[in-house]
Amino acid sequence: MSSHSTAENYQGPPHVHHMDAPTAYSAAKLGMWLFLATEILLFGGLFAAFALFRWMYLEAFEHASQQLAWGWGALNTLVLLFSSFTAAMAVEAAQKGNNQRVFRLLAITIGCGFIFLIIKFIEYRAKYVHGIWPSSAEWNDPQFNAHYKSFFGLYFCMTGLHALHVILGMGLLAWALRKARVNRYSKEYYTPVEVGALYWHLVDLIWIYLFPLLYLVGHPSWHTPFGH
Amino acid sequence: MSDTQHNTQGDYLHNPSGLWSWVTTTDHKRIGLMYLFTILLFFFVAGISALIMRTELAHAGPDFLKAQQYNVLFTLHGALMIFLFIVPGIPATLGNFLIPLMIGAKDVAFPRLNLLSYYIYVIGAIIAVIAVIPPVETLSFLKSLGFTGPADTGWTFYAPYSLDTGAAIPWMVFAAFVLGFSSILTGLNFIVTIHKLRAPGMTWDRLPVFIWGSYATAVIQTLATPVVGITLLLVIMERLMGVGIFDAKLGGDPVLYEHMFWFYSHPVVYIMVLPAFGIVGEIIPVFSRKPLFGYKMVCYASLAIAIVGFFVWAHHMFVAGISDFSAIAFSVITFGVAVPTAVKVFNWVSTMYKGSISFTTPMLYAMGFVFLFMVAGTTGIFLATLAVDVFYHDTYFVVAHFHYTIQGGAVIGLMAGLHFWFPKITGKMYNELAGKIGWVLVFAGFNLTFIPQFILGMEGMPRRYFDYLPQFQPMHMLSTVGSFINGFGYTFALLNLFYAAMFSKVKAPANPWNSLSLEWKTASPPITENFAETPIVTEGTYNYGRPVEGLAH
Repeated sequence: MSSHSTAENYQGPPHVHHMDAPTAYSAAKLGMWLFLATEILLFGGLFAAFALFRWMYLEAFEHASQQLAWGWGALNTLVLLFSSFTAAMAVEAAQKGNNQRVFRLLAITIGCGFIFLIIKFIEYRAKYVHGIWPSSAEWNDPQFNAHYKSFFGLYFCMTGLHALHVILGMGLLAWALRKARVNRYSKEYYTPVEVGALYWHLVDLIWIYLFPLLYLVGHPSWHTPFGH
Repeated sequence: MSDTQHNTQGDYLHNPSGLWSWVTTTDHKRIGLMYLFTILLFFFVAGISALIMRTELAHAGPDFLKAQQYNVLFTLHGALMIFLFIVPGIPATLGNFLIPLMIGAKDVAFPRLNLLSYYIYVIGAIIAVIAVIPPVETLSFLKSLGFTGPADTGWTFYAPYSLDTGAAIPWMVFAAFVLGFSSILTGLNFIVTIHKLRAPGMTWDRLPVFIWGSYATAVIQTLATPVVGITLLLVIMERLMGVGIFDAKLGGDPVLYEHMFWFYSHPVVYIMVLPAFGIVGEIIPVFSRKPLFGYKMVCYASLAIAIVGFFVWAHHMFVAGISDFSAIAFSVITFGVAVPTAVKVFNWVSTMYKGSISFTTPMLYAMGFVFLFMVAGTTGIFLATLAVDVFYHDTYFVVAHFHYTIQGGAVIGLMAGLHFWFPKITGKMYNELAGKIGWVLVFAGFNLTFIPQFILGMEGMPRRYFDYLPQFQPMHMLSTVGSFINGFGYTFALLNLFYAAMFSKVKAPANPWNSLSLEWKTASPPITENFAETPIVTEGTYNYGRPVEGLAH
């Protein structure tokens, strides 16, 4: 057991360290997988709503989708895919006990999270400027197509909730990164990097579904990747 | 391995001592007790609101409430009873206390997460309470925070009314979201605990049925709750930002709300009742001195109910405009749930058959449970039948059926469990005669409240109504009288337990009921670390009626 507070010399309150290290590791992993299942079901409600409305109002959804800048979306897909790669590399480094490498790779992963959020902000801002924003004057205008509202409502809910998960994932990875700074990882102990990376992969995976559903559903134009 | 500086042989109630050690505890037993006190507080508040409603309904015509106040009261009753009392009712209290003890572990897998889920629950509860209190002049700042008036939609928050009413629905559904998060964390913790922390020899086919019931419950808590979470968030988005998802005016679809709401809120009744099945399955063999009949089938039936329970939600929507095909499909699958449920009932009854039954208070509650739940299940079949449901759907029949399942099932199950494990939790014995009197009051009052409601429903009395036609007068009066007996019964029974916990001089032995399951092998109350040595399990839990070593006969 390489964790600093082994059960033998542990002096804190009882009931915190009450299992051996392999059990603690597999419990943490199972816990994270279950949590990922709850996340998929959380987004599942949004996906179900999207499927229904896309089926009912296909034409309006295709047209509304063309308002999105697929180029930014594609770029963000690449950013997240790359960050997933560095997260997976960090797990491998942690398993080998290479703390310095873990630190570097997780820093890159978190940096990608920032880039993703900045791009997302640029997109949101463009929509805001055009009045495509819930409760703007244009939005509340009766002329504004109700089905567009459903599309953009879902767009903001889905990408907004996803962005929130990006932020949470960055927090989780930052927690794992801090432990790399004090050389906590070794062949026997790398749980935080592993569960943090698992979570980050889910964040990536959800985006991989969001991107085609939202940006590509309306056969976007090749000529205007970054919007009009 | 865990000989820390603490006195590990001291009982968990006093070791470590001090208020601070309680509010920061990671001991599953203490967290279970903290949950228990909190949920019982809300049981009391929501119960009082039910009695106020029953008082109003005793006579036809408006008596002392206004119609809007009545709407607020039944919302308060429903929302508090469901989200604050009965969803965490058994899992977070007895489940927390018993799961590690029953599987021979020192604690749940994530003790700090367990404490966190308690405080998340408390935060959700505070928001819910603020969202249901009427606006007061001195607290006018609350109004500017969006607490615009007590919720009046019923606990289901159906769109579009929940989007149109001026009440503080965003806060109320946010409270439900927060409480759901707490429920998810509890369920997740239990699944991992049961998978990873079983004592040596505690194989899946030796697990007590309460563990199987809690496991099935935890699966539903973990997998169904996120869906209602996102649904409630969408209601908030729609209310605050005019995003068109559920409101037809904005291009949304109100039936979609019902689908997404019931996808959670039907399985949630199994969250309430599956652990109660487990409790009854523990109690009946002990007081019949016989092995649990069909142990494996009882366990698998819990899982089957949990799984099939995910695919029956639209039976709440037969009159909401779903297609004939889906109505037929959901009706058939709903009938399917009756099969594993009936398996359980037959197994409990077969366990009692030719047993040496002792009619202790927990056993009386358990037997009452079997009877009441049979009524609940049978009337559920009526409601799963398409043609019949069209008539019954919005009548008191549904109200009575629901209360037979949840009060007759989950609450009676909780009462059975509280009496059964009381000696283990407190290390003391309660007054048996008072316990039995409490049971008689609860059982009689409950039936007197809800049998008239079945009849009212069959006669066509609509539910949620503040007033009624004169022909319904006698049954309403009976129901009101019953509800007061019922309420008095719970108060009496719980005060009996509370009194014994505080003042009783009768110390409980480690195993007063001669039970064979693990939690009785440690002291009463258990030591802080649960077991002096990790127990090693060599046989199943229910070998009653056979020569067993170490029983105090």
